Amino acid sequence: MTTLMSDPGTTGRFGDYGGRYVPESLIPACQEIEAAFRDAWADPGFRDRLTTLLTVYAGRPTPLTPARRLSEELGVTLLLKREDLTHTGSHKINNVVGQALLAQRMGRRRLLAETGAGQHGVATATAAALLGLRATVFMGERDIERQELNVLRMNVLGAEVVPVTTGSRTLKDACNEAMRHWVASTDDSYYCLGSVLGPHPYPWMVREFQRVIGEEARAQCAAELPAAVPDYVVACVGGGSNAAGTFAGFVGTTARLVGVEAEGGAAATSGRAGVLHGFRSLVLQDEHGQVTEAHSVAAGLDYPGIGPEHAHLRDGGRARYATVTDEEVVRALVRLARTEGIVAALESCHALAWVIRAAGSGRIAPGSSVMLTLSGRGDKDIASIKELL
Amino acid sequence: MTTSLETFLLARRATGRLLVPYVTAGAAPGWTDVVRAYADAGADAVEIGFPFSDPMLDGVTIQEASDRAIAAGTTVTGILDEVTALDVGVPLVAMTYGNLVFQRSGAKFCAALAMSGLRGLIVPDVPLEEAGELADAAVKEGLDLVLLAAPSTPRARLGEIAARSRGFVYALTRMGTTGERDEVPEQAARLGRELKELTDRPVLFGFGVSSPRQAAELARHADGVVVASALMRRLLDGARPRELGEYVASMRRALD
Repeated sequence: MTTLMSDPGTTGRFGDYGGRYVPESLIPACQEIEAAFRDAWADPGFRDRLTTLLTVYAGRPTPLTPARRLSEELGVTLLLKREDLTHTGSHKINNVVGQALLAQRMGRRRLLAETGAGQHGVATATAAALLGLRATVFMGERDIERQELNVLRMNVLGAEVVPVTTGSRTLKDACNEAMRHWVASTDDSYYCLGSVLGPHPYPWMVREFQRVIGEEARAQCAAELPAAVPDYVVACVGGGSNAAGTFAGFVGTTARLVGVEAEGGAAATSGRAGVLHGFRSLVLQDEHGQVTEAHSVAAGLDYPGIGPEHAHLRDGGRARYATVTDEEVVRALVRLARTEGIVAALESCHALAWVIRAAGSGRIAPGSSVMLTLSGRGDKDIASIKELL
Repeated sequence: MTTSLETFLLARRATGRLLVPYVTAGAAPGWTDVVRAYADAGADAVEIGFPFSDPMLDGVTIQEASDRAIAAGTTVTGILDEVTALDVGVPLVAMTYGNLVFQRSGAKFCAALAMSGLRGLIVPDVPLEEAGELADAAVKEGLDLVLLAAPSTPRARLGEIAARSRGFVYALTRMGTTGERDEVPEQAARLGRELKELTDRPVLFGFGVSSPRQAAELARHADGVVVASALMRRLLDGARPRELGEYVASMRRALD
């Protein structure tokens, strides 16, 4: 048994999950990316370039903000890891800067990406502009309607946004289309996958690029909390990239890890083992094995699976996964805005909604400390929640 | 019929080029008549697609066929029920994605296919490294698990694929999804040549085989072709089994 959240080796397995379930035509590309990532990750020069860009360009380290008024109301010590304050406004930039540097190192000229809420698409378009690469972003037609602002941002940044009109026209279909496109263009294009999903090495590589969230937060908690380690570490989970990066910093501590899913897209809670988009994990599917659509108020969480490492953490009991309703999420967004002056993304508000509920019910004991990753800012969501307020 | 897919194809290869047409099960009512029409028109085997909601390696035509089939209530169990009653004189080969195969277990899936008389299985998103248990289960059930080879596959790996594939080796003509294309890529010729050097197993080209002329051109570099999207587009446009059979017959004539 290897240490949790370490290198999954050449098979890319996290217990029963993970792997590399892709057509033969993509195997050499996956192997090449794995080799390039292993090489880069062991190269201090690469790590330095990444750290420098994350600092001078993306705005790291992000602060850990004590939510003083909300903490008082909830009777817990709530600390917010402020990924919303990064350049482009979400944690997605951490992964994208890393992968874009890797693509450049591999001599690729174009980044392909899928996007749901548009945050990963915007981050990819941004990194492409920064490094002089082209970007093609696949986005479900329904998400294009829901997240118009992010589509405009990608256009301004010079990315090509390709509407995906098949299936449920959301994130899962955007993934299918990005992979289909990748098969045909592995020579000049690099698939910049946005979450801890996909064939090996993506779940591992993306977690490593997001690990910076957890490592910073752990050091900041040590300075902020008398006990050094929080009682709870909470993050929202769609595919699970901000949660994976956050958990990676705390998996070796006593902190209880909680991933919060949307009720309508809760693969960790209601999914069954399956194979989708190149990996084996827990997947929402009907009794016949057809993948079902995820539904939530947050486009970024509308994914019918979770990262394979989350499935493994769940099975082993190291992390637990809970769900919240759209209504709780919108209420949490407004409450945080009015108590702390922070408008967070609907995705991030899933984590907050669970903390509010659990603190209210006593599940989180009064006086506990909670470190919550606020994965992104909510500007993109204001228009869509107007009618829910 | 108890002959294995590979034995059957090897016997057929002795007298000519191999032709394997495809149909998505449930894409149209009476799809089993399409299977019969293919066989009557001179198919050497028939590939039956078990529709999946997220067919990563398929282009728009087979995506649409799959969507239609699923919307019409097509399930693995339903397909197997219909296939059990179907004896067309040539082997039937299932093509589907890993999620359907691993629903219960690869072993149970293989057992169910074999029970219904299918002779082969193609699972494009289960490559060599992930195929171990499934390959064992297939062997146990007398089912030939066909592996894919791509233009991007390095030679050493091609050798391993050729050695471990059963039935035939499915050579992809191009990097990309299923779907019709006009040209015959140079990389296909190279892949066909390499595979023929590496194995005596039948080597069939698939992806983008869009006309009888092209089928004949490709078959020069291997043992034959799989034809899918060209047929499925006609089926989606309303072609009857008889018309689809005529198209397969035209491919047959071009190959012979």
